[in-house]
Amino acid sequence: MANIKRSPWIIHYDGASCNGCDIEVLACLTPVYDAERLGVENTGDPMQADILLITGGVNAQAEPIIKQIYDQMPRPKVVVAVGVCACTGGVFKDCYNIKGGADTVVPVDIYVPGCAARPQSIIDGIIQARDLFQKRSEEHDELVKSGKTYDEAAKEEQNG
Amino acid sequence: MFGESIVPFLIIFPLVVALLMLVIPVNEKANKVRRTIAYTSCSLIMAGVCALVFDWGMGGFKPISLFPNTLVCDHLTLYAEVALAVVVTYLSFKYRRAWVSLLSIVPTVAIGWLDLFGPKTRIMDETPRIYIDHLTILMCIIIGIIGSLIIIYAVGYMHGYHHYSHAHVKDRRNYFFMVLFLFIGAMFGFVLSDSLTWIQLFWETTSVCSFLLIGYTREEIAIKNSFRALWMNLLGGCALTIAIIMYVFSTGDVSLQHLVQYVLAGKGTEAYAMLLIPVTLIAFAALTKSAQLPFSTWLLGAMVAPTPSSALLHSATMVKAGIYILFRLAPAMSGNLTGVMISIVGGSTFLATSFMAIAQSDGKKVLAMSTLSNLGLMVACAGVGTPETLWAGVFLMIFHAVSKSLLFQDIGATENSLGSRDVEAMHGLLYRLPLLAICMFIGITGMYLAPFGMLISKWSALCAAVDEGNILLVLMICFGSATTSFYWTKWLGKIIAKTNEGPVKDITKPNEKISIVIHSIMMVALCCLFPALTQVYVTPLLMELFGEPAQVLPTGVLYLLVFLIVFVFALPAIAFAFSKNMRANQKLAYMSGINTGKDEGFVSSFGEEKKLVLANYYFKDRFGQRKLMLPCQITIFVLIVVMMCMIIGGAF
Amino acid sequence: MGTKIILVLCYILLAPFLGGILEGFDRKISARMQGRVGPPIRQPFFDVIKLFKKQYIVVVHSVHFLLLSYLAFMILTGAMFFAGADLMLCFFILSTAATFLYFAAVITNSPYSTIGSQRELVQMMAYEPAVLLTAVGFYISTGSFNVRTIIQQDYSLIMKMPGFFIAFVFIMTIKMRKSPFDTAASHHPHQELVKGITTDMGSKNLALFSITEWYENVFLMGVVALFIVNKNPWSYLAAVLVILAIYFLEILIDNTSARMKYELMLKMTWIVTLLTAGVNLLILMLIA
Repeated sequence: MANIKRSPWIIHYDGASCNGCDIEVLACLTPVYDAERLGVENTGDPMQADILLITGGVNAQAEPIIKQIYDQMPRPKVVVAVGVCACTGGVFKDCYNIKGGADTVVPVDIYVPGCAARPQSIIDGIIQARDLFQKRSEEHDELVKSGKTYDEAAKEEQNG
Repeated sequence: MFGESIVPFLIIFPLVVALLMLVIPVNEKANKVRRTIAYTSCSLIMAGVCALVFDWGMGGFKPISLFPNTLVCDHLTLYAEVALAVVVTYLSFKYRRAWVSLLSIVPTVAIGWLDLFGPKTRIMDETPRIYIDHLTILMCIIIGIIGSLIIIYAVGYMHGYHHYSHAHVKDRRNYFFMVLFLFIGAMFGFVLSDSLTWIQLFWETTSVCSFLLIGYTREEIAIKNSFRALWMNLLGGCALTIAIIMYVFSTGDVSLQHLVQYVLAGKGTEAYAMLLIPVTLIAFAALTKSAQLPFSTWLLGAMVAPTPSSALLHSATMVKAGIYILFRLAPAMSGNLTGVMISIVGGSTFLATSFMAIAQSDGKKVLAMSTLSNLGLMVACAGVGTPETLWAGVFLMIFHAVSKSLLFQDIGATENSLGSRDVEAMHGLLYRLPLLAICMFIGITGMYLAPFGMLISKWSALCAAVDEGNILLVLMICFGSATTSFYWTKWLGKIIAKTNEGPVKDITKPNEKISIVIHSIMMVALCCLFPALTQVYVTPLLMELFGEPAQVLPTGVLYLLVFLIVFVFALPAIAFAFSKNMRANQKLAYMSGINTGKDEGFVSSFGEEKKLVLANYYFKDRFGQRKLMLPCQITIFVLIVVMMCMIIGGAF
Repeated sequence: MGTKIILVLCYILLAPFLGGILEGFDRKISARMQGRVGPPIRQPFFDVIKLFKKQYIVVVHSVHFLLLSYLAFMILTGAMFFAGADLMLCFFILSTAATFLYFAAVITNSPYSTIGSQRELVQMMAYEPAVLLTAVGFYISTGSFNVRTIIQQDYSLIMKMPGFFIAFVFIMTIKMRKSPFDTAASHHPHQELVKGITTDMGSKNLALFSITEWYENVFLMGVVALFIVNKNPWSYLAAVLVILAIYFLEILIDNTSARMKYELMLKMTWIVTLLTAGVNLLILMLIA
């Protein structure tokens, strides 16, 4: 069983954020927190990413973009909502243009609270995400053994 | 031995057909007659070439000399010369460029004077007028096969040209085909002749023919360009005339073969410097004919003509005439100033035009620039003048003739169907016009990609230049081949790029397709067979020219290359077969999440859908023709003038 | 013949490991230079294994076979090199391999990979003269293009061709996609090109690309070794040391310089090539 959790590559999407969480996400990669020691790489390209980090609430303009980026990521994939805005919409929840948290658009797996979310908690979120990533990969391996593909499995999941 | 009847047939038969073509009027019914005659005569010309090769082979592949003492014919050539001068004078007065006629009248008068009142020697009468060896036969094959195929293609192309793409141009197909056949005849005459006066006549004929072809549409730009081609080529003719007069007066001989022998024999003697002057002048004339810098502009201007004439000018005839004569002179240019001059001019043309090709997006212009660039390399090879470089040069010539002819025809057919010949317009051509795109792919890969033909030639030219210690040429080849792969690769990328636009109706006529496909097959066959070609043909050719065989690349490497060619086809094929049945989840192309859903557009910041247009890099403001051409022309012109002064000054 | 086959097999089997480990050290050393802990040395292998395990996605199906061809030609290049074949031929096949990479990127018709591939072409144009001149330099110094002959000299060829060596190391920065010449694609995220030439390659395709790069790096290091290796067995050790030093130099350059505009890169590479390799060629030719 390959230990794929040692290489969680992330893509960071900035919704209608105030930029507070974004700076903290980048701070994770700086020498002080150094997320790369866990194998984390900020790819910026959904085709190569495993974990989608979303910061900020989701507005009408961001909605199709998040959907498309999520769709372009190969399975298994994990979504992490970073900061209270991405989790629930935060203080902007009642704004006319805000739909709410990231989970209104894509299925969010890990919620990292905070305003702004602290680097420690972001890294903690990523670590939880990569465990989930590993788990999903193993589930997939089971599926492959039973002769199914991701797409078939996904369809089954939706139906039942 | 029926060579004595085939040689006149090859020269005169096309002339007869040319007259016939002129007589046939232009209308639907007569066009069918023209088509039949064109096909038959092209087949006859090809058969004639085959017969010549066969006859020559039966004689043991040895050089043959024919027709000494042909006074009547000599007088006939004089009349023909006068007739040409009359045509040029009439046309130059008609289009108010009277000065051009001087360039034709003066040499004609000079040749006439030489013929009637010049020294008469026995050796001059007894020199055979026709000389056939490996190089001649090679040229005959190129002219006969490729030239005829281009004419077959032209029958279909000109139909599309006048009905679809250039309906406004007056249909003068009778005239067009007349000039094409005249051209073929003159080229045969040119490569078969050994007497310089005959060569001069055919030289002028090809100049006038190209002039007539370029001016075919009679539009303002066409007339301007055709006169540019005319005066540059006639200038070369003038140099040739002076060379002949000097040569006759110093030796009493007119044979091109003998000139080389005199020079080789005269090394170290006082007469050597004097003999070099005619060699230099003839080489200069060859530079104008093969469109080297600073005379490149005529070939670029020739693009206004219908595509078959561009194909003919660029691949099989005209420009190859200059190369042919340089190859003949190559042994005489080895190791002297003339050789240095020619190799530097060729090398600079190779480098400069490959830069300029980067900035071109018009497909035909890219081809024109790359023609110039390849010719430059051939000229440089001839200028170095060793068996090794000539080996490379001959291969360059063979590959270039086939692939350029293929590409020109292909792009002409593509233009008729697609309505554009711009490289950018060929986005996804592979899915829109599959057959033409595949043939284009073969032509281009044959031109540059390892391990195909042109690359081998470039490689051996590089080796030979290193062996000769010609550092300038080494650098030019290294940098030139980098720029060459740039413009070809980006073109190939355009052809294969994915597109959502549907297929285009392929209106290519069957006869065009036949010619294009035959060319593609020849291209692949040449690539696969070239080690055999080396042993069977090119080595004896060099033996004749130099008296010693040459091969730059060891035979083992050559066979390895053939193996690689098979590999290059097999690997992607295996990889393709291997990956074809892989199940994959298809995703949209990444456009920052704003892909509209079909990979053909994106959502702009105003929420509108914008079409995605991708273009290649061209560096127009850096490598553009406008920016580079004039400085290069001036530099090389000055270089030629200075070196010619040194050579001529050295003789006195 | 036997040693040849063993060498080629070694290259085919071991080059990816060697290339991967080198990249692992690269990332570790880079991190240390930036004051970070950095990923483990084995990280590149984790990445590639993960990429192979992920769902196979494509933008255009043909990308996969083009990348496979890229890989195959790269292996062929290295195999021929280590079998002691003709150096010029190796370089020519290397450029064919690079052409396939260009095709793989441009066939998707996606904006980022197209821009990346165009820049890749500019890079090819920039480094090609230096590569060809290096081969010419070996030819002049030894009278042969054959790698077998080149390594059996009495002394290290770097003595005769220091200029060529500098030019080659210079263009290796381009080949290894190191800053300041990483215009086509970068190992570092957050670029204006996203991932440049690899933008539309995900999962398996990206893994193929990474493995090919490892093969390529090992081949390039082999060429560097060619400058050092001679009859003396100890020279192999020297070659290894020089390779490590060059690799370290590339990492240092990568971490201390910002990305250059591609036009400046082209100009600079050509000038350096002319000044080092060109002058060295001139001297060699004058001596000979």
